[in-house]
Amino acid sequence: MSEPVAVKLTAKDFKSDQEVRWCPGCGDYAILAAIQQFMPELNIPRERTVFVSGIGCSSRFPYYMNTYGMHSIHGRAPAIATGLSVSRPDLSVWVVTGDGDALSIGGNHLIHALRRNVNLKILLFNNRIYGLTKGQYSPTSEVGKITKSTPAGSADAPFNPLSLALGAEASFVGRTIDSDRKHLQSVLRAAAEHEGSAFVEIYQNCNIFNDGAFEQLKDPSTRDNYLIRLEHGQPITFGADGQFCVVHPPGGFGLEVRDTNSVRPEEIVVHDATVTDPAYAFALSRLPGLDLRNTPIGVFRSVDRPSYDSVVQAQLAAAKAKVTETPEQQLAGLLGSGDTWTII
Amino acid sequence: MTKQIRQLDRVVIRFAGDSGDGMQLTGDRFTSETAQLGNDISTLPNFPAEIRAPAGTLPGVSSFQVHFADYDILTPGDAPNVLVAMNPAALKANLADLPRGADIIVNTDEFTKRNLAKVGYQTSPLDDDSLAGYVVHPVALTSMTVGALAAHQVSKKDAERSKNMFALGLLSWMYSRPYESTLRFLERKFAARPELVAANVAAFKAGWNFGETTEDFAVRYEVKPAKMKPGTYRNITGNAALSLGLVAAGVRSGLPVFLGAYPITPASDILHELSKHKRFGVITVQAEDEIAAVGAALGASYGGSLGVTTTSGPGVALKSETISLAVALELPLVIVDVQRAGPSTGMPTKTEQADLNMALYGRHGEAPVAVIAPRSPSDCFFAALEAARIALTYRTPVILLSDNYVANGSEPWLLPDVESLPDLRVEFATKPNGDDGTTFLPYLRDPETLARPWAIPGTAGLEHRIGGLEKADKTGDISYDPANHDFMVRTRAARIETIPVPDIEVEDPDGDARVLVLGWGSTYGPIGAACRGVRQRGLSIAQAHLRHLAPMPANLGEVLRSYDKVVIPEMNLGQLAHVIRARYLVDAISYNQVRGLPFTAAELETTLEEVLKNV
Repeated sequence: MSEPVAVKLTAKDFKSDQEVRWCPGCGDYAILAAIQQFMPELNIPRERTVFVSGIGCSSRFPYYMNTYGMHSIHGRAPAIATGLSVSRPDLSVWVVTGDGDALSIGGNHLIHALRRNVNLKILLFNNRIYGLTKGQYSPTSEVGKITKSTPAGSADAPFNPLSLALGAEASFVGRTIDSDRKHLQSVLRAAAEHEGSAFVEIYQNCNIFNDGAFEQLKDPSTRDNYLIRLEHGQPITFGADGQFCVVHPPGGFGLEVRDTNSVRPEEIVVHDATVTDPAYAFALSRLPGLDLRNTPIGVFRSVDRPSYDSVVQAQLAAAKAKVTETPEQQLAGLLGSGDTWTII
Repeated sequence: MTKQIRQLDRVVIRFAGDSGDGMQLTGDRFTSETAQLGNDISTLPNFPAEIRAPAGTLPGVSSFQVHFADYDILTPGDAPNVLVAMNPAALKANLADLPRGADIIVNTDEFTKRNLAKVGYQTSPLDDDSLAGYVVHPVALTSMTVGALAAHQVSKKDAERSKNMFALGLLSWMYSRPYESTLRFLERKFAARPELVAANVAAFKAGWNFGETTEDFAVRYEVKPAKMKPGTYRNITGNAALSLGLVAAGVRSGLPVFLGAYPITPASDILHELSKHKRFGVITVQAEDEIAAVGAALGASYGGSLGVTTTSGPGVALKSETISLAVALELPLVIVDVQRAGPSTGMPTKTEQADLNMALYGRHGEAPVAVIAPRSPSDCFFAALEAARIALTYRTPVILLSDNYVANGSEPWLLPDVESLPDLRVEFATKPNGDDGTTFLPYLRDPETLARPWAIPGTAGLEHRIGGLEKADKTGDISYDPANHDFMVRTRAARIETIPVPDIEVEDPDGDARVLVLGWGSTYGPIGAACRGVRQRGLSIAQAHLRHLAPMPANLGEVLRSYDKVVIPEMNLGQLAHVIRARYLVDAISYNQVRGLPFTAAELETTLEEVLKNV
């Protein structure tokens, strides 16, 4: 590939000529606009950026980005993107997926991409419902949820996407919200800069089949008491005037929320996204209750670990370094290796 | 003592023993020695799926059959002339395949009461007259090996394990094989443990010397070299040849080969082999499952690699949806199906060719792909190149239907000159192809190949989106237009149907045959051998063999209609015959066998003679 010519791009450059066909009012519009606006910051030429998606409402995303893109099949985007990323380390490969696509039909590919640390930026639009198939419960729907396929209420316990990603030891894990453009862009920026798999859950509102799923996190009257905004290096406090805080109670395994007034300042956990043991970020991921109280957003975890791509490329480079012959000469040597005999 | 030397034109030897007795290795070495001598060879390994079934039991028997001759041969042989039976189970499991008069070399040390009881022998077959029709050579293989290694610094267990080399030494003496390559092999294999090199070499020589001195083996045999085309040869299995063919396709196309694979018998050896060739830029990813394996291969193809996935039938079933996506995306993809006996897990180490229907039709929607099948172990090399050629030129998935018989069988391979291999270079799209000079139309086709441009990410100005949704002709935009869908479905069918493939050739040395035998894939050898047998009896018969199953050769219909009868032998219940009847309205006679083993030439010969009687 030729070296990119430095041209200052704008959000408009990332808009494709395709008509966007999500339902009016869908949270996906806000995410699309935020990403189109944010992409120029990365200074990656459009032609080196690829969006790969699976199936579902969110997976239409690549059609609307004026980059390279593939709208693939249900659940398989991480697998397809793995082949692309490993074979083309010069590209910036993004996966756009949803809660059904990533966690149900494609759960296996997601966890394996994360444990391998493939250099993919994986954006999971979580609306806790199947939208494209018109309203069945999803693997992140709450227990008892009444939907078309669960008239008596869902009997399944949901996945916590971040806990799952952390269980797979993802090297970067974050969460953000569709309606908070500034925060969304800040998390994506950190994800884009991360070498290896970056997993970002984006709470996204489906105004048709699951409207208001994350309303408490958005409503100005509740959000400050519900949301924990994680800042690396800062004590974890939230609520009006830092009314609440997160502590690690002695004798316990996890983290808990307390009234800030009831604890000594040194007891408040200082957020460190670089903790090697995923148990810390996992404990953060367990804080929210069923009513979404105590929902952390931001970068939970960002640790350095060699990407799968870099290890594969290093092995190739090491093997090629010893080569002095042309490919044809190498091939002739390979074909004639082992026990041979000649007939005259 | 002076031994009589007798000339033979061909011999079939079967080495049989417990899974842990090293029979595959023994057979492999004997084959290599035989190759060095210049005989034509064909081999048939036959082993259980269990890695180590309980010792001494029938399910644990592993065997390796080698057929060698002073003329060109087509099969590993119907019936062994010599059976080496390392234990009672090996004798019992293989006896039925032996013709009367065959030689049986038995390891008497293993014929203990306990081992005999394990396989249901009330009395030892060596002591009663149940083997009266055979020439039995009782040899205390284990104890003689241990005795020969008494002075060696190896454990008793390691000494006993060298008994396969004693057997190899004996057989090498018996058939006058050159053994230098085996000695070199042992030095390589046990390089880290010189005491084992010495022990194995000593066991081999003890076996050789035993043959020379014992009176039980009065005759030594020779099989003269076969008249083969001049050139350099190596003995090669189908899986090895197929792997090399994929490496060659990478070299000849200038593209990196990317293999996505999940371990599955009998295809895993291709993954093992390709993972060794990183210096060629070959990337292998052992994926989390079959679906991810093909997905990664398709992703790599999208990025400009030659994407390949290797598997067996159950894996192809899982990959089906992604292959359909590749049909819609019109990207190159090679899917290797090393067929095994199904359905489900079936018999994973046994052969079958029952995935033809799946290869041709096993996808949702109208999703045509190209399908080709190799006819012999060494042909797997050329079939891999041909699969890559079609995939790259026509931007389509290609299914390559190998099977366990060709994958694990071996034969001498006349090494090709690299420069003579097909030129597979492709051109990626580099600039807009629309009339206005600025628009890129990802589905604007080459009028000759009907292939769409391959515009890989990283190419400035050609940014575009593709996907599984139906695409408008030329622009590739999402389209639900009825006429467009009809057009695209027909175009995708035409894309495959119009791929030019070589005409099918008919072998009819007498020129007056009225019956044609049509086969595909690995049945080439047995069918060919059966036709030779029929002709030796003064009858005429024609043979034709399909390499391209989709699309089929343009002249096939005409060829089929020019014979009174067409016989189609297959290791399935008539899948090709069904296609032939449907496509060409030819009332083909289907002859089928699904025992997990290749056809014997004899059974085919009998069948063909029956057909000939009624013409």
